[in-house]
Amino acid sequence: MSSAPVISPTEISSPEGDLDLALDTPWIVLVWNDPINTMDYVALVFQKLFGYSKAKAERLMLDVHEKGRAVVSSGSREKAETDVFRLHEHGLWATMQHDD
Amino acid sequence: MGLFRDPNWVVRPQGNGRFKVVLRADLRGALSNALDELSDLLDDPDSPVLARLSPPAYLQDPDKDVEYQLLAGEELRTSRRAAIDAVRSMLEQTDVDEDDLWAWLQSLNALRLVLGTLLDISDDDDGGRDVHDDDPAAPIWALYDLATVVQYQVIQAISP
Repeated sequence: MSSAPVISPTEISSPEGDLDLALDTPWIVLVWNDPINTMDYVALVFQKLFGYSKAKAERLMLDVHEKGRAVVSSGSREKAETDVFRLHEHGLWATMQHDD
Repeated sequence: MGLFRDPNWVVRPQGNGRFKVVLRADLRGALSNALDELSDLLDDPDSPVLARLSPPAYLQDPDKDVEYQLLAGEELRTSRRAAIDAVRSMLEQTDVDEDDLWAWLQSLNALRLVLGTLLDISDDDDGGRDVHDDDPAAPIWALYDLATVVQYQVIQAISP
């Protein structure tokens, strides 16, 4: 171990830095495909809850249907939790996680 | 409004933000009974058929999810019960607005999720099944299909 002061670029990614990064990372809200909710209903819920255009809501709904899931909103943890709750109120299968 | 499209047999827009309910009395009765049963079921939040009404919010973090279920679980049940109560009282009425119809959509959807769980619907193609009249599950399928087509008509009526 050298005692000489060395300025290393690895210091940038100190644990503290990672923590700050984690706090700043937005949350994303995912809606998952399920066999019961109809495609028309899911698209209409996206329009109502997020104010999306009919075209955007239908595109997201098709993503859910074809790819199994889609990111429908993002933001702070509080915002994501509110969005998840409103989606659950409407019977959609929604979850949230860090965007990584 | 297509010239040859059948008129909506559940609700019809009146052009002033109001809607006229034209659903047949016997079908209203069937939905009303089903919603009564759903409301009773909600008193037992641990019932497995309600699982789909309170899905996890955090798949990757069980601790956060426990917290979410504690905070949101009761609020979710209260909200669902309020929507069902609104629909049960509305099934007597013929003049409703869009907010009323969203209570319909939420309640019909909750009903479909519970019936779909009972019927073990697990595939997107399960809608195309062939159910015989002597199948013990036939009445549940009939109710599920009724909730589906009524919900579809309500969606058509309020779609922008």
